[in-house]
Amino acid sequence: MSVWLWIVLAFVGMGVLAWVGRRVGQMATSNAPRFRDMPYGVAFGYVFAAACILGGIWLWFLPGAVFFRWAVQGFVLFAIAAFVFRLVFRHVGTAATKRLFRAMPLTAAFGILVIIIYAVLAIFAGAIAPYGQSEILGAANVVPGGDPAMGGNPLYPLGTDQIGRDILSRLIYGAQNTVGIAFVTTLIAFFLGGSLGFLAATVGGWLDQLLSRAVDVLMAIPSLIFSLLLMTIASVWADGEKALLTVYMILIIAVIDSTRVFRLARAVGTGIVVMDYIEAARLRGEGMGWIVFREILPNAMAPLLAEFGLRFCFVFLTIASLSFLGVGIQPPLADWGTMVRDLGPFINFAAFAPLVATAPLMAAGAIALLTVAVNFVVDWMLQKSSGLKE
Amino acid sequence: MSRLLTISDIYLEGRSEEVWQPIINGVSLTLDKGEVLGLIGESGAGKSTLGLAAMGFVRDGVRIKSGTVNFDGTELTTASAETKRGLLGKRIAYVAQSAAASFNPAHRLIDQHIEAPVQHRVRSRSESIQDGMDLYARLRLPDPDHIGFRYPHQVSGGQLQRAMTAMAMACRPDLIIFDEPTTALDVTTQIEVLAAIREIVEQFGTAAIYITHDLAVVAQMADRIKVLLKGDEVEEADTRTMLSTPKEDYTKSLWAVRGFTRPVKPPVPAGQTPLVSIQGVTAAYGKAKVLEDVSFDIPSGRTVAVVGESGSGKSTAARCITGLLPPVEGQILFDGAPLPATYKKRSKDQLRQVQMIYQMADTALNPRMSIGQIIARPVQFYMGLRGSALRNRVNDLLNQIELPPEQYAHRLPSELSGGQKQRVGIARALAAEPRMIICDEVTSALDQLVAEGILRLLAKLQDELGLAYMFITHDLATVRAIADSVVVMKDGRVVEQGTKEEVFNPPHHPYTDLLLSSVPEMDPDWLDNLLSSRGVDNIGDEAADKISVES
Amino acid sequence: MSTVLRIILQRLALGLLTLVIVSIVIFAAVNSLPGDFAQAILGQAATPEAVAAIRTQIGLDDPPVTRYMLWLYGAVQGDLGISFAQANFTTFTGSSNNVTVADQIAPRFANTMFLAGVTAAIAVPLAVTLGILAALYRNSVFDRAANIFTLSSISSPEFFVAYVLILFLAVLNPILPSLSNIYADMAMGARLKATLLPALTLTLVVTAHMMRMTRAAIINLLASPYIEMARLKGISPLRVILRHALPNALAPIINVIALNLAYLITGVVVVEVVFVYPGIGQLFVDSVKIRDIPVVQACCLIFAAAYILLNLTADILSILSNPRLRHPK
Repeated sequence: MSVWLWIVLAFVGMGVLAWVGRRVGQMATSNAPRFRDMPYGVAFGYVFAAACILGGIWLWFLPGAVFFRWAVQGFVLFAIAAFVFRLVFRHVGTAATKRLFRAMPLTAAFGILVIIIYAVLAIFAGAIAPYGQSEILGAANVVPGGDPAMGGNPLYPLGTDQIGRDILSRLIYGAQNTVGIAFVTTLIAFFLGGSLGFLAATVGGWLDQLLSRAVDVLMAIPSLIFSLLLMTIASVWADGEKALLTVYMILIIAVIDSTRVFRLARAVGTGIVVMDYIEAARLRGEGMGWIVFREILPNAMAPLLAEFGLRFCFVFLTIASLSFLGVGIQPPLADWGTMVRDLGPFINFAAFAPLVATAPLMAAGAIALLTVAVNFVVDWMLQKSSGLKE
Repeated sequence: MSRLLTISDIYLEGRSEEVWQPIINGVSLTLDKGEVLGLIGESGAGKSTLGLAAMGFVRDGVRIKSGTVNFDGTELTTASAETKRGLLGKRIAYVAQSAAASFNPAHRLIDQHIEAPVQHRVRSRSESIQDGMDLYARLRLPDPDHIGFRYPHQVSGGQLQRAMTAMAMACRPDLIIFDEPTTALDVTTQIEVLAAIREIVEQFGTAAIYITHDLAVVAQMADRIKVLLKGDEVEEADTRTMLSTPKEDYTKSLWAVRGFTRPVKPPVPAGQTPLVSIQGVTAAYGKAKVLEDVSFDIPSGRTVAVVGESGSGKSTAARCITGLLPPVEGQILFDGAPLPATYKKRSKDQLRQVQMIYQMADTALNPRMSIGQIIARPVQFYMGLRGSALRNRVNDLLNQIELPPEQYAHRLPSELSGGQKQRVGIARALAAEPRMIICDEVTSALDQLVAEGILRLLAKLQDELGLAYMFITHDLATVRAIADSVVVMKDGRVVEQGTKEEVFNPPHHPYTDLLLSSVPEMDPDWLDNLLSSRGVDNIGDEAADKISVES
Repeated sequence: MSTVLRIILQRLALGLLTLVIVSIVIFAAVNSLPGDFAQAILGQAATPEAVAAIRTQIGLDDPPVTRYMLWLYGAVQGDLGISFAQANFTTFTGSSNNVTVADQIAPRFANTMFLAGVTAAIAVPLAVTLGILAALYRNSVFDRAANIFTLSSISSPEFFVAYVLILFLAVLNPILPSLSNIYADMAMGARLKATLLPALTLTLVVTAHMMRMTRAAIINLLASPYIEMARLKGISPLRVILRHALPNALAPIINVIALNLAYLITGVVVVEVVFVYPGIGQLFVDSVKIRDIPVVQACCLIFAAAYILLNLTADILSILSNPRLRHPK
């Protein structure tokens, strides 16, 4: 319990320090507005930030904190990469992209960079990966680094998994399988939910009521739970056919997710349908096709694109979770969720050899990194479009 | 008289797209105790920002770049937050444009009213409540002893605006900033709020800055007027001088707007079939009847103005004509032949004959289509033109609305000003080569000068093309300018109709009389004369409620 | 007050109706299974007698509507049937002391509620406070850092957060146990310690969501003209927040909390599996793997009911806090 006591004491100490610091500032500058009007919360914020930075420096020099140093190094490296990436595209490309990159925050540049890297890995996985995804190469050896002195094997830079497959290759193929499947699933969900949503918004009346109520019911079941239930049933239908089960999974998640797309598409659609320019088109005598494809859709693109990013993250995480629970993407296909499940228990040996935790963390981190990247881009897009409205 | 407020050479900036843009460029003003200064300007002139800066307050994303604001010896730009809090609400008060949004929905009116006096320790709680009721009575709010115990959503707009004035008065401040307090109100409601504000400001000798875009309103309220244009001061003078002899061109042009009128057209020959005839139309949204037995004609080549306050059913009448809202009873004749009730059953040619221009040009143009595409669509759709014939026709139309095609055809609506967008709306209607255009409040969202340009354009097009207009508006000055005949509506019924001369000259129907006399005029004595002729207790919408529309 | 009462009753009826329809959907989904799943349970080697015994025991010979009615009738009374695993076991041993699904679920349900409760107790105050702070100091360094941190936290799968926490708090610095060994009569302190790591994992994920939503709701509110009016009346900042912002912020914040507690329900499944926490989520996943239909069905119904209930609560509370509905014209 002494840990908790220390935490409380640290906060109290920072609180006192903040008050004293502000007072000193006021006296030293003879009540300059900067210190005079500083709220206590801001003063506390400065002290807290200073404490965090000091703590970080202390951790950096702590010999045991390998992962912390890696995290900081990775963070700095990615930040520099994103900065350079943005800098390059501010000067290369068409006028429109240059303008885009000029007003882009670093987080969004980071997101775009990561998405490009993943896309390249996924498309060219076969050419980049040193081994096949299901090739059994040797004994299990999860020590990364390839340094024989540390127990690694130079042929396998990240080691081999529990049945002796190259982890690096499986990570790269994982991009193809996990990201590819999630992408296809999201596309189907969008096609399904988007078209029905716009239909409901434009036609209205009983069709809208029927679809909306149906979606309400489907959304009343938590999506992960519902997909687990349906996957149970699908596994009986698939009867051991692993490829078929993957197809079922895509369809199940697409249908469940399309309900969320439907909601958004319908909301965006009804927002646009009440606009006067839609009324003008109707009074002109335009057909449904023109109204949906020329008047509504172009105006719905921005929110839909942002939603596509969010939906992709959600689908991606759902698939990863299902795989992690053992009912998603089926072996021998390499995928990150399954890799975390298989390699996760090795973390418990990290007390003796910290590096064995690398492989499962990298697989899980690969998932997190992509969703973070997509979320950063979406966040930027949303901010941009809401900024335009003001 | 002693000096209360001195603003000297103030520069204000607002942050947009990561850079600071100027809002106010070095404006100075002074205000004596008990004096009322009118700040007037079009939208974007920076008058609200300046009004708030007079309180030492800036909104998020706005900053004072330089200049000083001195209120009765206190320099507000450098004062501590605490000092400013001590003045705000107690010695300087604020009345906002939208009372409905500026009252906290979670508390009763009286609780919000007494907050400033109790927090500033001016009065005790019970004294403040008593004083609140007294102020409500002075502002002629109905049932002053109980109205304060209602929640904001339970009180009408005009009453809320008066309750907010009472709230500003709670500490008997030295200065009140009125920020467009009557802009959102109907004319008959506006009158009673104006009368109440002026009366109470006079009674307590409060100084005030009255911000508005409406010249006639400011003429009633202010001792002195300052004109702003895009953040710069144009000129300043006392009200009577300013009204009679404005110096600057911009001010003169503002004053001249109301001078636009059209020559009287010869009367419509008897027996000529009207272009559109609305016959006994009754319409309802669900069970709520919004139109009852409405009949009027729109002759070919003439302008029929449909006038009424919000909720009078004038826009609904237009929806019946276009077929968006099929009437429950009655019918619409076009050239003597009945039109199908819903637009879905009308032929392409029937749809083409009647076009519409909307109030909000922003929502009437598809933001993802270029101006050229927007205008080309009806040409292509109805006339079947393509290629260079289509391009030529679009260029002709753009020339007709006085927007050079080479500059504007490829632009998006968001790159145009409000008046230009409204012109594109007109061109889109013209593109169908209709015989009638319904103009739904087409000038009410625009500044006066721009609005006048739109009216002149519409008049020119009517002369050239022989169009009939159904002109829906709540603004009688617009009616005077453009109408040939007038239909006055109230609560879904036609109260009076006839030629412009018949309706505008006595004898009036009592409602028309109320409506006409409520429109502020440029004469600074207008409000006084009106109040003395009507009696202080018989103004505004209480008076309107007394008038029966059944007669 | 009668209008509010009427609206609330309407919402309650709607919630109940949704629950009934959801139960039909779950039942129908399960009954779309191909062929004879008594056979599937017992495997190819089962004797026809054993299959027939299971069929009658779980009522597979009745028509679907009858079976649904019986199932629903049972479920309402707390009888959720007998798990296939148990049924299989008893047919082989011939014993008759069946453990029902309800018996299996009850203790685990309590464990899950404990986990969710601990999480909520940490996450709700933390998230609401941080969200309000982020809104008050929006666009500051703190706000931007919080934005990056919460986005990253939302984007990470629960098992990533879980393994990172295990690595740092259980393996490298053994402060907390990495496996949640919970048993029936544990002391409160030990129980709390065993629950803390899964609770922290869930807290990280849920707090991020809740904080972002709270921030958005408060920013939206602070932009209202009546907040500006209060500031222009010279009211102190604290009073502006407490008296003018808070009463109006209550409804959105309650909504945010309820939505995120509902989100917890999904998150709990993965986290329970990682920490081998003996809750309903783990039981659910295990049953899914061995296709133990009655258990899957029951768990699904419980999750859905909890989800609907939370959303309903949010709905009703926001109705109650709306002055327009409380004080009709």
